[in-house]
Parts: sequence; structure tokens; C-alpha cells
Amino acid sequence: MDVAFIIETIVKIVVILLIFSALAGLGTYFERKVLAFMQRRLGPMHVGPFGLLQVAADGIKLFTKEDIIPQNVVKPIFKIAPVITAATAFMASAAIPFWPQFTVFGYTVHPIVADINVGILYVLGVMAIGLYGPLLGGMASANKWSLISAARSAAIFISYEVISGLSLLAPLMMVGSLSLIDINNYQAGGIGNWIVWSQPVAFILFWIAAFAETGRTPFHLVANDHEIIDGFGTEYSGMRWGLFFIGEYANMFFISFVIAIIFLGGFGDGTIAGAIQLLLKVAFFFFFFLWTRAAWPDVRPDQLMWLCWKVLMPIAVINIVITGIVMMF
Amino acid sequence: MFEAIAFYLFAALTIVMFTITVMTSQALYAITAMAAGMIFISAFFFILGADFLGAIQIIVYTGAVMALYAFGMMFFDTTRDVVEKRTNPQIVFVLGVLAAVMVVAIFVAPIVSNNIQALYPIQEGVGNSQAVGMVLFTKYLVPFELAAVMLLVSMIGGIILAGKKMDKSLTLMAEEDISTMDDGFEPQAGGH
Repeated sequence: MDVAFIIETIVKIVVILLIFSALAGLGTYFERKVLAFMQRRLGPMHVGPFGLLQVAADGIKLFTKEDIIPQNVVKPIFKIAPVITAATAFMASAAIPFWPQFTVFGYTVHPIVADINVGILYVLGVMAIGLYGPLLGGMASANKWSLISAARSAAIFISYEVISGLSLLAPLMMVGSLSLIDINNYQAGGIGNWIVWSQPVAFILFWIAAFAETGRTPFHLVANDHEIIDGFGTEYSGMRWGLFFIGEYANMFFISFVIAIIFLGGFGDGTIAGAIQLLLKVAFFFFFFLWTRAAWPDVRPDQLMWLCWKVLMPIAVINIVITGIVMMF
Repeated sequence: MFEAIAFYLFAALTIVMFTITVMTSQALYAITAMAAGMIFISAFFFILGADFLGAIQIIVYTGAVMALYAFGMMFFDTTRDVVEKRTNPQIVFVLGVLAAVMVVAIFVAPIVSNNIQALYPIQEGVGNSQAVGMVLFTKYLVPFELAAVMLLVSMIGGIILAGKKMDKSLTLMAEEDISTMDDGFEPQAGGH
């Protein structure tokens, strides 16, 4: 293992960490502005131009707030729960190709930390560990609302992992590889080769499951809004509470990358135009997360289970069977 | 060098985690340490170059341990220590030691007698997941199908056990209907 590889990997890890921590912070700003626009408000206005420095103000507030550990909580678990959410979100990004390879000063850079040949399994698996954060945070708090929220997060996780896995099977059968780079290259021929045209059902199912995996609004049951309090986050304060949000927003960006790469052609043939297209697709999916939050209420837990097991799962299984039959004949 | 460092790091972490799982009397510590240990085991697969098995180890055990958490929530107050009833510690100790010795003997016996051989040749030029698929659908086809049938049976059994009165939903019923209802009702959302 040569030194150049080690240095390159460390640099890539640091760059990804910095960019996506900053984007997670900016994501809260985008969310507030988009929600404000859709609800005919102004959103953050007063700190800096267009309220842009609100992000910095929030960051300073979160970092300097007292870190309260309430009585009767299970201390080590309570402390580590937010770290799990934030850390696993960034660990999952290790197998995502963010950009096609490019050459800088005669040195070819692959903007992916670890090109393992089971990339998509690794990304989804590690992203799924992130849901331990809300679960552990809720269970370690001595608070019944937190516990109920933890129970919901476990239910959502167990149910929607089935949907995301089954819906991905059909496109993966067509590509014949689990590597995100292979999946991208399979669609390199242009817009007609995108998997979304041959697998529209899988695309919709995976998109729905992405909302459940990131805990975003139609499935935002982990922090139930109509109980007025913040679900698993009720007893958290300061940066530990903030870490949950860094994890959530980073996950939104990473799952947007995954959807864009698997179904919408990713970075295409690897030119600069393709790379910019990838970023635009990611921006669209991130915007769609915010749009849904402004437009739709949360579903009830029993509706969520009904949707998962009685509607989405049969559709996903039928989709796999049909794909298999079409591929065989 | 990196492999050695990673191996010893994750070996130590795994042993510590499973020791906590066995030793603690706190349900939340036990389950969390077990989840962490299971995820740390995946590191060994990654070190050995078995990426597919590593990723599968993570996916399977995060889901499985998540179900354990659900049971933990139902049976214990997870913020308190579980008080165990030990009527006869000597018998527990003897049985525990015997079981541990037996497990060690089972795993050591084939190594000591040099009876472990790789019977299936390594396929050249195929990836990890393809290699697993080839072994699974040729040499181990019968165990694989048997496992599939067993899972199907347990799934049907689970649906039958949990599916009583699934056509009714507590959320959609009027208050007086719920109070006049007979015992043994299981709401729709609880049965997944």
C-alpha cells in the first residue's frame, strides 16, 4: 500500500466530511427558506444577507449550549446515540461515487473513498444503522414519549428496509453488479438508457422507501409533530440534538445521490456536463424532500404499516417476478 | 500492517462488546453491545476481502437486533437493571462452563485433526457476490432451498398467530365499540 494512496484517501475523507457537514448546515437554511416560500412567509431574514448567516448563528448556539444529561437516563447510551446517527451517515458515503474521475496536475482522482464491489449493499446497510440513533436515544431517555418514538422508529425501520431492498433487486438483476460505478456505467449511453424507463415501479418504490429511511415528512413519525414534542429528541440539548440533524440532512443528500446514480443515470459518461447533471439531479431530489414536507401531512402509524405490507411489498415482489420473467425470455 | 492493526482493534472491540452483552444486568446495554459486536464482526469479512459477506452481516444483524430491541421494549423497563432470580447459582455455573467447553471442542476438533479442506475451487475472475451465488446454487442448493421453505413456514405461522381480527382497526373504531369489545383483541398495527 503506497503512501500516495493513503494520503489521497485521507484527503478524500476530510473533503467529504467538510463539504457534507457544511451542506447539512446549509440544508437547514434551504429547508426553512423553501418552506417559508411555499407557506408565503419570509423565513430567516435578519442574520446576514437573505438570512444566510443564520446557519452560523445556529451552529454557534448549538455548540455553546449546555449539554444537559437529564436524571434517570442510561448515560452511555444516551450520549452515544446522536453520534451513531451522524457517524454512520458519513460512513455510508464511503462507497458513493460523488463525481466522475478527473485528472489534476497529471494525477487521476477517483472521487469515491472505497470502490468496493458491493457498494449499494454497503451504503444501504450502513445507512440503516443510522436509525439506531433515534431508537437508542428514545429508549435511553426516561420519558414515555421518547420511548413511543423509539418504538415507531423500530417499526418503520423493520418495515421499510424490506421495501428498499426488494425494490432495488429488480434494477440490480438487470445490471448484474452491486457496484455503484458499474450501475452508473450501465446507463452511460444517455438519457434513453436510464434505468428509470425500464424500472419505473422500482424507482417509485425506492423513492418512497427513501423518505422512510431518512425519516422525512410523510413518514416523520420518529419525531411526531402532533404530539407537539420532539419524539426521541425531547430530552436532548445542544450539540447532541444538533448531531441528529447533521445525520438526517447528510442522509438526505446521500440517499439523493444513490437514487440519482441508480435510476437516473448518475454522472453519465463521466464528462463535466454529466457531473453537473448529477449535482442537478441530487439538488432536485433534495428539493423534493422539502417540497413534500411543505405539501403533505404525516401519515398515521397504522396507515404506514398498511402501506408498507399490504401495498408496497406485494408490488415490489411482483415487480421482481416480472423482471425475472422478462430477463429469462 | 493495516490489516494487522485493524484485526487486533476489531478483535478487541468484538470481545469487549460480547463480554458486556453477557455480563451486564441492564437490558439496554446488553442489546446495544450485541448490535455493536455483530457490526464489528463485519470488519473481519472486509479485512478478508469478503465484501459481500461483510455487507450482508451488517444488514442482517442490524435488522435482527432491531427486532430484539422491540422485545426489550415490551418486556423490560430498559432504563432500570433487570433483577434476575437465581435459585441455584452452582447449577448455572456448571452448565455454563460445560456449554462453553463443548462449543470450544466443536470448533477446535476439526482444526486439531487437520480435517478442514477447501473442497470447492476458487473461481477466477468473478466478483465476491457472484462467487457466493455460485456456491449457494450448486453445492449448497438443497440447504438453501430447505432454509427457504423453513422461512416460508415460519412466515405463514407468524401471520396466522398475529392475524386474528386483522380486519378491525382500533384507530378507526368508535370509542364505545372499543369498550364493549371482547378480550383478546389484537390491533391491526401491532401485528407486523
